[in-house]
Amino acid sequence: MLRFIANRLLQTIPVLFLVATLTFFLVRLAPGGPFSAEKKVPAEILKNLEAHFGLDKPLYVQYAEYLGNLCKGDLGPSFKYSNWSVNELIAMSFPVSLELGCYAISIAMLIGITAGLIASLRANTITDHAPMSLAMLGICVPTFVMGPLLILIFGLTLGWFNASGWDSARDRVLPALTLGGYYAAYVARLTRGGMLEIMSQDFIRTARAKGADDRRVLLKHALKGGLLPVVAFLGPAIAGLVSGSFVIETVFQIPGLGRYFITSVFNRDYTLVVGTVLFYFALVVLLNLIVDILQVWLNPKLRFE
Amino acid sequence: MSLPRINASLLLLAVLASLTGCGRPETRIERGVREQILHIANGSEPQELDPHLVTGVTEHHLIMSMLEGLVIEDPKDLHPIPGVAERWDISSDGKVYTFYLRKNAKWSNGEPVTARDFYETYKRMLTPSLASEYAYMLHAVQNAEAFNTGKLKDFSEVGFKVLDDFTFQITLANPTSYFLSLMNHTSWFPVPVSVIAKHGPVYERGNQWTRVGNNVANGPFMLKEWRVGYKIVVQKNPHYWDAANVRLNEIHFYAIESTDAEDRSFRAGQLHIGYTVPLSKIDVYKERHPDLIHINPYLGTYFYRINVTKPPLNNKTVRRALVMAIDRETIVEKITRGGQLPAYNMTPPGTAGYTARAQLRTDFEAARKLLAEAGFPGGKGLPPIEILYNTQESHRVIAEAIQQMWKKELGVDARIVNQEWKVYMDSQRTLNYQVCRAGWIGDYVDPNNFLDMWTTGNGNNDTGWSNAEYDRLIRAAGAETDTAKRHELFQQAEAILLDECPMIPIYFYTRVRLMQPSVKGFYPTILDNHSYKFIYLEPLDKPFSRIQL
Repeated sequence: MLRFIANRLLQTIPVLFLVATLTFFLVRLAPGGPFSAEKKVPAEILKNLEAHFGLDKPLYVQYAEYLGNLCKGDLGPSFKYSNWSVNELIAMSFPVSLELGCYAISIAMLIGITAGLIASLRANTITDHAPMSLAMLGICVPTFVMGPLLILIFGLTLGWFNASGWDSARDRVLPALTLGGYYAAYVARLTRGGMLEIMSQDFIRTARAKGADDRRVLLKHALKGGLLPVVAFLGPAIAGLVSGSFVIETVFQIPGLGRYFITSVFNRDYTLVVGTVLFYFALVVLLNLIVDILQVWLNPKLRFE
Repeated sequence: MSLPRINASLLLLAVLASLTGCGRPETRIERGVREQILHIANGSEPQELDPHLVTGVTEHHLIMSMLEGLVIEDPKDLHPIPGVAERWDISSDGKVYTFYLRKNAKWSNGEPVTARDFYETYKRMLTPSLASEYAYMLHAVQNAEAFNTGKLKDFSEVGFKVLDDFTFQITLANPTSYFLSLMNHTSWFPVPVSVIAKHGPVYERGNQWTRVGNNVANGPFMLKEWRVGYKIVVQKNPHYWDAANVRLNEIHFYAIESTDAEDRSFRAGQLHIGYTVPLSKIDVYKERHPDLIHINPYLGTYFYRINVTKPPLNNKTVRRALVMAIDRETIVEKITRGGQLPAYNMTPPGTAGYTARAQLRTDFEAARKLLAEAGFPGGKGLPPIEILYNTQESHRVIAEAIQQMWKKELGVDARIVNQEWKVYMDSQRTLNYQVCRAGWIGDYVDPNNFLDMWTTGNGNNDTGWSNAEYDRLIRAAGAETDTAKRHELFQQAEAILLDECPMIPIYFYTRVRLMQPSVKGFYPTILDNHSYKFIYLEPLDKPFSRIQL
């Protein structure tokens, strides 16, 4: 197992290098620069400004220096928010996104798996169709509609929650529901599908023949295998959830990481673009690794591979 | 029912009651009124809090709560009033300003604010290695530009002089009648150079002196909390010389980029003052909550640049025809709807007492004649004209309206093209466009701010237009001390500009914002600057109720 993990981590190094290289050059190819502004900056000042950020050096030198710093874990200073380094910006915003992501995942799993299980146990009855239709609706209604809708009902009409902000525990409820609800819909459908497939397998029939009751069949034999599609889905989904959502952060005014993925590109904040992309990449790699390990644990067939 | 059960039921009832509104929880703004804490939306996250490194309006609003210059602005009409300087003299030739600093002005660490602080501040601002983007705001001072661009090495030759601890003298290159107004720009505020030195190199970027714990201020408020991407909190500065008259205890500036999110926060009672109003809701507020929506003139012009270097727009007659065939009244009434004034010239009317005599007009018949005169009767033979704008809904609808007007009235085909902000700016700088949307917001209240940008080679001209007589008039106005004569020179210059039409004025901006009636001392000003020391909150007769639209 350890060798497997070490192998996987080693494989990511060249990919990380490739991602850093591609992003580094692509963002610099985009027209306009970090200092182009509506009111023109005098040429001499612009020269000094570029010198400060090393933009006056040839591109290959900039690239080499960037890689050198990257090896030390330094993602460089932000071009736009000149008081902060990219490391600091990520360190400040990631915990917020992580917190919200964790709530959302919990909600998604709790609602999604429960609904999926109920639906699969009573397939093609009203207890199947009702939650599944609701799930379909959840998938179809985007978060930028659901978020304002929840605010309108629970914030502005009933007055139970703030319309936006990230101060008290209450402020977590609506964004977590919006984000979690969206993923819950996927999880519910995946759970249902996975469970239905597993319940038709021979080993379940054998278990039943041996006299195992419904509860035992479900919890002991079927659940582990039935959740495999959910686990596979959760890897990248969690990476997406904990790294923040631009939409949710904008709708609810949350100081998370998600917004930087979008605004850094608009600002041509070169270092922040590369920094966030690398950070996201590292998250995806890590979570996929965890998912792979989980899958091996859940699915005995994989252990032989 | 047993006793613990009764207790549990009561508790449940209490929780439910608090949730459903009986004994409604206090909103953030109600608590704010009680504790004199102002909650205000402030656009996006600031770039920095160092006045030497920022360029935006968002930053300006934050910084002016924490730093105070030699002069400050009157909260109602922005005329210069004493700040750190309790009085000043101006020499008869209008070039030498002597400021007498008040002896009780202090930094928030208790140190006195001295003439030396201002000297060191301006030295830092102008030092080339700092690469301050707004350093040119100081170029009115003798030799400041030469030092800033590295041509002069000795700062003692720049027109700043410390006469004694509390007397500071500034010598200008030319008499600049709007100099005191200019000094209210962020770039003129003092910084604590001795404190900066403790946190890194003084003359380079990347210094961390503005962070919480390091920051030292001399204004009515000082930095308390900085949650990046969320809010900045400033609290009353006990060392401020006029602290006795500052009534707010704290100001919370929220970085809210989404106008819809901001609107919802305001309606839920989380903000006393908003930053802007969603376009679609302006009419609704005007109708249902006229006491909450405030629409005021803002010193800025929305216009289109015309690239005069390429045919067919290098032909003045074609340009004039296009300019005349725009119905600005319809644009402001039906599209922008925020009380904007249709613009028939470049400088907003009444800028420091100046209103342009020369005015463009809308005249479709005359426009058609001009176009025929230029050899394109009914638009025939004229290749399609491309209107470029930066991707934004409000710019798109205006461009579409103009496209239709040109088609209907002149038979001219126009294509509209949008580009993402940085790409658009690049296209504008490199003259890679035909007609291009633009906006210009004044940094100081003077017609010069709207007219010198059109001189030959000016970094903000961006049209390729050049006129020797225009350049001469603007230069002459720069050297003129008599206001009436100076304004006359601007009148002549603006007449040339409007005759030549390297740009199409469309409307003069307004600031549209929501504000709770509990806010007092916040007056509409043309630069949208508001001295926070004069603002306070007053309890209202009736409790706040969530705003329904």
